[in-house]
Amino acid sequence: MMNITLKVWRQKSCNSQGAFATYGVEGVSPDMSFLEMLDMLNERLIKKGEEPIAFDHDCREGICGTCSMVINGRPHGPIKGVTTCQLHMRSFSDGDTIVIEPFRAKAFPVIKDLVVDRSSFERIMVAGGYVSVRTGNAQDANALPIGKHEADEAFNAAACIGCGACVASCKNSSAMLFVGAKVSQYALLPQGQPERKQRVLNMVAAMDFEGFGNCSNTGACEATCPKGIDLPHIARLNREYIAATLS
Amino acid sequence: MALDSKIPAGPIETKWTDHKFKLKLVNPANKRKYTVIVVGTGLAGGSAAASLAELGYNVLAFSFHESPRRAHSIAAQGGINAAKNYQNDGDSVHRLFYDTLKGGDYRAREANVHRLAEVSGNIIDQCVAQGVPFAREYGGLLDNRSFGGAQVSRTFYAKGQTGQQLLLGAYSAMNKQIHEGAVKFFPRHEMLDLVVIDGKAKGIVTRELNTGEIKSWAADAVLIATGGYGNVFFLSTNAMYSNATAAWRAHKKGAFFANPCFTQIHPTCIPVSSEHQSKLTLMSESLRNDGRVWVPKKAGDDRPANQIPEAERDYYLERLYPSFGNLVPRDVASRRAKEMCDKGHGVGSTKLAVYLDFSDAIKRLGKSVVEERYGNLFDMYKQITGENPYEIPMRIYPAVHYTMGGLWVDYNLQSNVPGLFVLGEANFSDHGANRLGASALMQGLADGYFVIPYTLGDYLATVGASKLTTDHEAFKKSEAEVKEVTKKLLAIKGKTTVDEFHKKLGHIMWDYVGMARNEKGLKHAIAEIQKIREEFWKDVMVPGSETEFNQELEKAHRVADFIELGELMAIDALERNESCGGHFREEFQTEDGEAQRDDEKYAYVAAWEFKGVGAKPELHKENLTFEYVKPSQRSYK
Repeated sequence: MMNITLKVWRQKSCNSQGAFATYGVEGVSPDMSFLEMLDMLNERLIKKGEEPIAFDHDCREGICGTCSMVINGRPHGPIKGVTTCQLHMRSFSDGDTIVIEPFRAKAFPVIKDLVVDRSSFERIMVAGGYVSVRTGNAQDANALPIGKHEADEAFNAAACIGCGACVASCKNSSAMLFVGAKVSQYALLPQGQPERKQRVLNMVAAMDFEGFGNCSNTGACEATCPKGIDLPHIARLNREYIAATLS
Repeated sequence: MALDSKIPAGPIETKWTDHKFKLKLVNPANKRKYTVIVVGTGLAGGSAAASLAELGYNVLAFSFHESPRRAHSIAAQGGINAAKNYQNDGDSVHRLFYDTLKGGDYRAREANVHRLAEVSGNIIDQCVAQGVPFAREYGGLLDNRSFGGAQVSRTFYAKGQTGQQLLLGAYSAMNKQIHEGAVKFFPRHEMLDLVVIDGKAKGIVTRELNTGEIKSWAADAVLIATGGYGNVFFLSTNAMYSNATAAWRAHKKGAFFANPCFTQIHPTCIPVSSEHQSKLTLMSESLRNDGRVWVPKKAGDDRPANQIPEAERDYYLERLYPSFGNLVPRDVASRRAKEMCDKGHGVGSTKLAVYLDFSDAIKRLGKSVVEERYGNLFDMYKQITGENPYEIPMRIYPAVHYTMGGLWVDYNLQSNVPGLFVLGEANFSDHGANRLGASALMQGLADGYFVIPYTLGDYLATVGASKLTTDHEAFKKSEAEVKEVTKKLLAIKGKTTVDEFHKKLGHIMWDYVGMARNEKGLKHAIAEIQKIREEFWKDVMVPGSETEFNQELEKAHRVADFIELGELMAIDALERNESCGGHFREEFQTEDGEAQRDDEKYAYVAAWEFKGVGAKPELHKENLTFEYVKPSQRSYK
């Protein structure tokens, strides 16, 4: 069993001032997940008549993209390629102090404590993250062969879970890895061709409008991404954007 | 009340086609006069919202998530079935129909299942057109894998993330409609009541989770697509927010709840490690394609897996079921794992686990092929357990995963409350007593893309556009009720947390209404659940207020509903004196320990009518008839 000290960002609401609060958490099992450790702390806080810490989470298996905290300065914590919900306490040591903050970005305002509003991502997707196809009369799926290489590359881009860690890790709060992944997926596939130019223009315009910054080329997003989305997607986004602007 | 399933007449192959022609249409120019509410925007709700908006209806879509992409459909791993016969291995619409009906242990409607099989191919076409990146072969054509309960390869997949890619497809289709203004999406809005006026569903009441605002919404029809109720068990593979509240509140407003005891226990989950566990993690059943399940032959054998020689291992599924082997349906695989552990052959520190071993597959195919097929699942297992499955066999144990039961619907997906339609896991319709792997995604998308766009129009054309607004007194009354329950939850200020109640309920459910049930246990469970309900309303502790972001309050509403639903599940299980699929009553089994159905007495859908909290619900029966597939003892030997 371990004893851990937490410094957690507490903020009542979007408009109120936030601050760090310190909590001692005793009796932490190394097999607990990080969020189960927070569950345990919350149960204790409720029993003491205090407000539990609000945090976002849902599937707890690393796929829904809901969990979103910054742990010791790193979105999703210290382990590469996993989300906060997949982090286990065996990655920490007895006596550690762990600092927990929300994802911080102008376009991700805090709702409460560690919960942020990521609806800016939704608006980018609404601006162009789709192929316009009506329901009901698509041609036979195998009438459109797609090379395994392109299909796999498109899949790798589509693996983005939209968590926003890329934005939280970027000093410019850039969303270009997120947007690049979606633009890449469709640019690589034949289904995405008819709307290829308009899509990238619309999505980039929405991204800029929401207040996300430009790419800083430092690669913090790639290093943080729990799904291994890599920088070439940003390069492809830039190429697609330039091509769409010039033609 | 007589339940009319509205199954069309005629041969099964043409029922759906004939029915579609007979359904009334809404003139294209009139569609915009109708407003449709969609609650829940996962695979079923998202695809329905997109398709209905495309047709021209005004769609109001609600989710308690911040985004449709967070819906739990995203966690489905293994794949989606479709009768494409791309592998030329003998698949057909009829075979998918047969496999699904048999897999469901003959407790589903033939006509519904046949329709599902008919539209399955269209789903794949639709998803590919949307840009869903399914796995492909080098020649560029779609790849397939095989799944439990079938002897053909008909499962389409996108690595271990098929649900994610299909959900993102439906999400993108919905986003296009949001862009065009045809869908208005309301995130972080939880439905807390259904509004019924003159016997018809006419709207809902929601709580906005960020601010606590209670609001009414009027519409010409309400669609519920809010998933299943596996979280009644506290520990399940469902996401933490997955809940039954929308469906349960609709039930309390008159919608019948069908076959609530039909829950699916999935065989390949990571075992529980201790009391602090908040949820269980499933690993795709596709693992059983290449993994071999075994336990030590000697009970109580404590040696590590790699020190147990081949001759002392019992590959019990291969031994008991030579023709299906490790690919028997989920209910069979789960029950046998429990049986092995009950007999003392369990492995790992808790002894509640069996091995799933990939060493033969790695020898046969090479590590890189195994990694290509299951890499992300292996990584996930390692992250959770700290063990490397490339070297040590995985430990697996069954966990609650899916609920075949749900709100009763007719062939048109309409509940017994006119104007209330139920889609996806939230309804009871297609899986009978046991769902086959890779069929949930198929059903969710079939309902949303290919069924509701036709059947909803018929209802709307029949009743005509309504001029009702939320000024109607029924909305005011519902709002007042929701506010009152909320205030009551906050005012109790007891000593027990919501999670403590939920865990207590979960233990009772798992022990007595779980993988194996019996009369004595079920009666005990009902009495215990009633006690939990009474204690909950006396002693629950919900911090904070109703006018702010309050996650404990959200949970309190959901757990209050889980307690009531849990009782109904036990009542239903007690009433059904037979075993079928996922419902295994210990008193009713064959000599080989397989589920013993009683087709004479129980070939019906049990649809329960709510009669008040604590009052005995009333049972309505819809008899099931089988014209095309003769029910037989399921055999996977």
